[in-house]
Order: sequence, then C-alpha cells, then structure tokens
Amino acid sequence: MIPELGHFALILSALVALILGTLPLIGAHTNRMAWVAVARPAATAMALLVTFSFACLTQAFVANDFSVVYVAQHSNSLLPIQYRIAGVWGGHEGSLLLWILMLTWWAFLVAMLSRQLPEAMVARVLGTLGLVGFGFLLFILLTSNPFERLLPAAAEGRDLNPLLQDPGLVIHPPLLYMGYVGFSVAFAFAIAALLSGKLDAAWARWSRPWTMAAWIFLTLGIAMGSWWAYYELGWGGWWFWDPVENASFMPWLIGTALIHSLAVTEKRGSFKNWTVLLAISAFSLSLLGTFLVRSGVLTSVHAFATDPRRGIFILIFLVAVIGSSLALFAARAPKVGLGGRFGLVSRESLLLTNNVLLVVACATVLLGTLYPLLIDALGVGKISVGPPYFNAVFVPVMTPILFLMGVGPFARWKEASIPEIAKAVKWALVVGALVAIVLPLLYGQWHAMTALGLLLAAWIVATAILNFVERVRHTRAGRGFVATALSQPRTFVGMHLAHIGIAVFVVGVTMVGSYQDEKDIKLAPGQSVDVAGYHFTFNGVKAVEGPNYVAAQGDFDLAVDGKFVRKMNPEKRNYHSSAMPMTEASIDAGFLRDVYVSLGEPIDRDKPEGEWAVRVYYKPFVDWIWGGCVLMSLGGLIAMLDRRYRVRARAAAPVSAGAQQA
Amino acid sequence: MKRLFAKLAAILAFGLYLNATPALASSATEAALAADPVAEKRLTKLSEELRCLVCQNQNIADSNAELAQDLRREIRGMIKEGKSDKEIIDFMVARYGDFVLYRPPVQGNTLLLWVGPIALLIFGLSALIAYQRRRAARVAAEDKPLSADEASRADALLKELDNK
Repeated sequence: MIPELGHFALILSALVALILGTLPLIGAHTNRMAWVAVARPAATAMALLVTFSFACLTQAFVANDFSVVYVAQHSNSLLPIQYRIAGVWGGHEGSLLLWILMLTWWAFLVAMLSRQLPEAMVARVLGTLGLVGFGFLLFILLTSNPFERLLPAAAEGRDLNPLLQDPGLVIHPPLLYMGYVGFSVAFAFAIAALLSGKLDAAWARWSRPWTMAAWIFLTLGIAMGSWWAYYELGWGGWWFWDPVENASFMPWLIGTALIHSLAVTEKRGSFKNWTVLLAISAFSLSLLGTFLVRSGVLTSVHAFATDPRRGIFILIFLVAVIGSSLALFAARAPKVGLGGRFGLVSRESLLLTNNVLLVVACATVLLGTLYPLLIDALGVGKISVGPPYFNAVFVPVMTPILFLMGVGPFARWKEASIPEIAKAVKWALVVGALVAIVLPLLYGQWHAMTALGLLLAAWIVATAILNFVERVRHTRAGRGFVATALSQPRTFVGMHLAHIGIAVFVVGVTMVGSYQDEKDIKLAPGQSVDVAGYHFTFNGVKAVEGPNYVAAQGDFDLAVDGKFVRKMNPEKRNYHSSAMPMTEASIDAGFLRDVYVSLGEPIDRDKPEGEWAVRVYYKPFVDWIWGGCVLMSLGGLIAMLDRRYRVRARAAAPVSAGAQQA
Repeated sequence: MKRLFAKLAAILAFGLYLNATPALASSATEAALAADPVAEKRLTKLSEELRCLVCQNQNIADSNAELAQDLRREIRGMIKEGKSDKEIIDFMVARYGDFVLYRPPVQGNTLLLWVGPIALLIFGLSALIAYQRRRAARVAAEDKPLSADEASRADALLKELDNK
C-alpha cells in the first residue's frame, strides 16, 4: 500500500511540476498576476509530494519490503539500518529520485527565500525549475519507477553492493547531488533573466549566493567521494580520472568560472552574456553527467543501468534543455549591453582570463572523456583514455590559473598597472621561491615538479596575506588593525580563504605525490616492517563477525622511536552476499601525514594464522587534499553569507560601492 | 600528480600481485624478481599504462582479475628476458589493439585528442585577446566623446576637405 502511495505522489508531483512549468511562465509573460502567484504554492506542493514519495521508498527499505523490486535488488534484512536508509540511493531508480528530491528542495528554498525579489522574476525562476523537474519526473515514471512490485515477493533481498556499505554512501551522493542539481537554480535565474530581458547587476546579485551554495555542495561532494575512494578501495589513491569523476568535475570547473564571472557582472555590469552562457553550461554539464552515468554509455564502476530507453530519454531531454536555452540565448544576447569599459590589464581582464582557462580545462576533460566514445561510434578505432593522458594535459592548463590567482586580487577594476602589481607581490614571489627550494631539500629529494607545486601553493598563500594586510591598511581610517581586519566584507575574507584552500590542496597533491612511501610484504605473526620511520609489528589475524559479513581482522602495533603509539586493525571482509572480499584499511590520520595499513590475503589460504600479504603506506600531507576542499567550501560559505545578499535588493545597486568591495 | 599515479600503480601492482596470486608469491623466481626494485618499478610503470580488458575501468596494476594477474606475470617475464619497455608495449598492442593503452598513441585517429587541448588553449587565449580588442573598440565607439586630440584631427581633416 505504501509503495503505491509513493508512486501516486510521484505522479501527482509530475502534474504539479507541469503546472509550475507553464502557468507562472505564461503569467509572467502576459502580466497575469493570478497565474504568477501559482509559482510559490506549486513549488511547495511539488517539494512536499516528492518528499512524501521519497519517504515511502525509504519506508519500504526500512521495513524490508522485498515485494518492491528495487528494494529486493538493493537491500537485505541483515543490512544495518543506516545502510538500509542510504540504500535508497544505492541504485539507479533511487538515486534518480534523490536527484529529483534535491531539485524540488532547491525550488522550495528559492520559493521561501526570495521575498525581496520581483514576483515575475520568482515566477520565471520557479517555472524553469518546474519544467526541469517535470522532465525528470517523466523520466523516472516512464523508465525507472522505483515502486514497481515484485510478485510473488522475494523472501530475501539481494543486498546492497558491499562497496557501498560505508558511511560514505550516507553523505557522498546527497552532497554531490545537492551540488549538481543546485546549478539548476543558477540556470533558472539565467533563463529567467533572458526571458525578462533584464540582465542586470540585480540579477547577478540574486543568483550569486545560490550559485555559491551549489558550488559549496559540489566541492564537498567531490571531496567526500575522493576521500571515500581513498580509505575504502584500499589502494590509497584519491582520484582516478574515471568518467564519472570527470562528469562531476566538469560542472565544478564551469561553476568555479561562473562564480568569478558573476562577481564581475554584479560589480561592473560586464560579461553578462558570458555569465549567462556559463550558467547554462554548468547545468548542461550536470545533465550531461547524468546522461553519461545513467545511460550506461560509459564503462565505469558507477554505471548502474544499461537500459537503452533511459539513455535515449535523457539524451532527448538534454538536447531539449540545451537547445532551447541556447536558442533563447541567441535571441536575447545581442540586445544585452556591454557594461563598463576596462583595460587589457585590469581585474576584469584577469578574471576573464581565469574563465577562459577554466573553460579550456573543462573542455579538455570533456574531450578526453568523450573521445573514445566518439571514435568508437564512428567506427575508426577503439581506444582508452586514462590517467596518463589526463595528467599530461591537465597540469599545464592549471598552472597559469594558480599563478594568476595570486595576481588577480591586486589588480584594480577598469585599469591596473603591471609595475604596481609586481611591486605589491614581489615578496610573495620571494617566499614562494624560498619554500620551493628549501622544503623539498628538507624532505631529502628535490624535483622540479615538486618545487613547482610548492612554489604555487606558497605564492597563493603569501599573496593572499599580503593582499589582506594591504586592504586592512587602506581601510583603517583611524581604527585598530585587528578591528579593521575583523570588519572586512565577508566576500573578501571568503575569497582569500577559498584561495588558501586551493593552496592547501596543491600542497597535499604535491607532497603525497612526491614523498609517499610504501612497503608491500609478507608478514608472519611477530614480524615487523618499517616505513618512513614508522614501525609496524604484526600480531596476527583473528576472525570477527559483523552484522552481514565475517572479517579477518589484523592486529598491528604502530611504534615510533621504539615507543608504542597505537593499535591498528585493518580488515578483510567477506560479505554473505558477495564473493568479492572488501578491504577495510586502518588509517592513523595526522596533520602532516597518514600512515595506512591494508590487509591483503593470507599467503596460504588454508593457514590464516600464518603469513599475510600486507601493505603499509606513509602518506605525507594527504589529508591536506580534502582539508583544502573544506577550506574552499568554508570560504564559499563565508562569502555567501555576506551582508549585502541579505539586505533588500535596491532597485539600482550602486556599482561604485560594490566595486570597492573587492 | 603523475608521480602519484606512478607510485599508486607501483603499490597496486605489487600489492595485488601478492594479494591475488599467493601461489606465485611463493615461487622462487617471482620472489627474486620482485625483490629487484628496478624491475619492479618498470613493471608498475608499464602496468599503470595498460587497461585490464575484462574490467570496468581499471589498469592491470589496480585489477585483481585473472587476466590482469596473467599480464603482470607476462610483463615480469618479458622484463626478465631483457625486453625494452617499447617492445613490451608493442607486444601488448599487437595482441589486444590500441584499446589496451591508457595513454593513447599519437596517430591518425587520436590526433584530435592530443592536439585538442593545445588547440583549445590557443583558441581560447586568441579569442580572449580578439574579444578584448573588439570590446574596447565598441565601448569606445559607444560612449566615449572625442578627445581633444581626436577633435582637432577631425577638424584638420574637415578643413583639408574644404580646401580641396
């Protein structure tokens, strides 16, 4: 009964989405305020219905209702409760429902938090979201219904993929989807602005916090996925250039370009067309990612589905969304004003360069991801494009971005002077060079690539500090330094924090890439191994019973300088439902390094009390990779909470006031 | 980052070799070869570049599949026979085609793939410069009144016309 209610609510929500996607848009166009007024209640109703439907599916999981096909395929009565709940999005149908749930929540939030916006604008934004929601609801109802019944019911569920039975599943997909889908709001704002013909600073100001929110979620979602892969897959890697990772990374790159471009549009009124195009692209790439993952055209560990109907539906949807928005863009763009003038060397110019480089980086990833599919489809060959390719082409594009990141904040709007900037940043260059020369020597080995990475990271941090200090000095006006520093605009503080986050990330990538150390050996109980000064003693393996698996749990003593530090207990798990053993690494995380122990297999399968294959790693600064992402998100959050996004938008935002708040 | 992947592959190749093929690990020749760090480094570097053809998207260093184990063993053997990296890669391509390579060879059907990023970068930056020039001209034409210098030159031109 409950699954039917869920299904029914989903059908109703599709109808509501259709109403939301038509009446308010027509009303805004023809000035019928009664139709415009439909937007908020319809968005609320859509969110409530989808939430109810989602709750019904969750209930089916919690109650082990194996008469629902989807539940029978992705759950099991032995599955712990948290994974039964997270298992809702452990497969194709459910993750699609999560996608829609996020979309309707975003729409609901826009409906609630947009009281200061003109009603027609709200109607257009929500209407656009309604249309997107309708497309996806149609998709799920026609091709991927999660409520389909299984008659007779299965006695027991097939169980969730053991790889997914991890706290990572509880957090990673919701964060990632919040980010993916969040760009639909930036997209809807762009479409609404195009429809109304009012692409102005006010529009940019309204969409900035929303875009930032989506970007924060996406950043955290990707970082979470990377961390999960690091500790769960047992290989100690953090990024594999898998097509699905690329599918989430491409909207991130464009989203990053978008938040910078929006800043220019808000403060200087320039790049309006470009900003709109980026907003359309960011969301289109989210859809493309969904298409690539859900259609099964990729051979990837993430691909749940290989039903061609699904692929064709999303492809049609993708073409419709991108086609219609680009057509609208083409019709409206020529009428959009240019905005203020700026010189070849100026803040605007540098931000535009940043945008071009980020777009090129994204296009490169797109090329590498789609190329093998294209030439296979054309029948001119079957090739693979993997990490060696991506690393070779990606690093050269990112290097200038990292360099310019240090320069940008020093450049004035409109017209900047190179000598002036050079004078301001020269000490940062000195600091960067010193770090690049000295730090690798301290670690014993100097490599050009290591030095470059550290140079760029130190450069970013040093320029951020210099820029902050310079600004505080200029805005003191008799107040104390600290008081002035604390009263800086949050957008400014957030920007530098996010940039420092990038630097921290770069340090992590560089250091772990250069100085990681590992040993892979056979150990008998009582034997020990040293890696990078860490001494591991193996005390043997014991059997441990989990809720739905049995594990061989290793017992290691970690010691430094002869002093016992802690026990480490990596596991090798055999889930009842799966033939593939899962590796649970044991990690001693630290600020400057992780040490990581992972259990292989017994050398002789019949003698688990004997020798085991063991891998131990020393991973310097590896947590800085994710720490950097957290700092980026925190910077974004601080910027998003800037006072000026909360005050009522004035009819004409004074551009000069905004321009001072760099 | 590249180094990271190389190291990663190193861990994987050796780790999984131990992990997946316990019988081999105890074999004397394998153990002797594995003890040679130079040969091991070559093995991992090579297996990082090769796709496990029966897996979803994994190189043969990462993969636990039987095919990957066999290929690693085969590469190990070829290293022992003194074959060069190129010979080993050529052997793999001859047997499995270009699909086995994670770093696609530069040839007719991958030209766009390799030239693409550079072309995109050059195109992007030229478009940027062209845009800035055009924009500067348009902005100037739209809202800038004539400067004193321009006004005097215009006057001079008009006078010249009048004098003709």
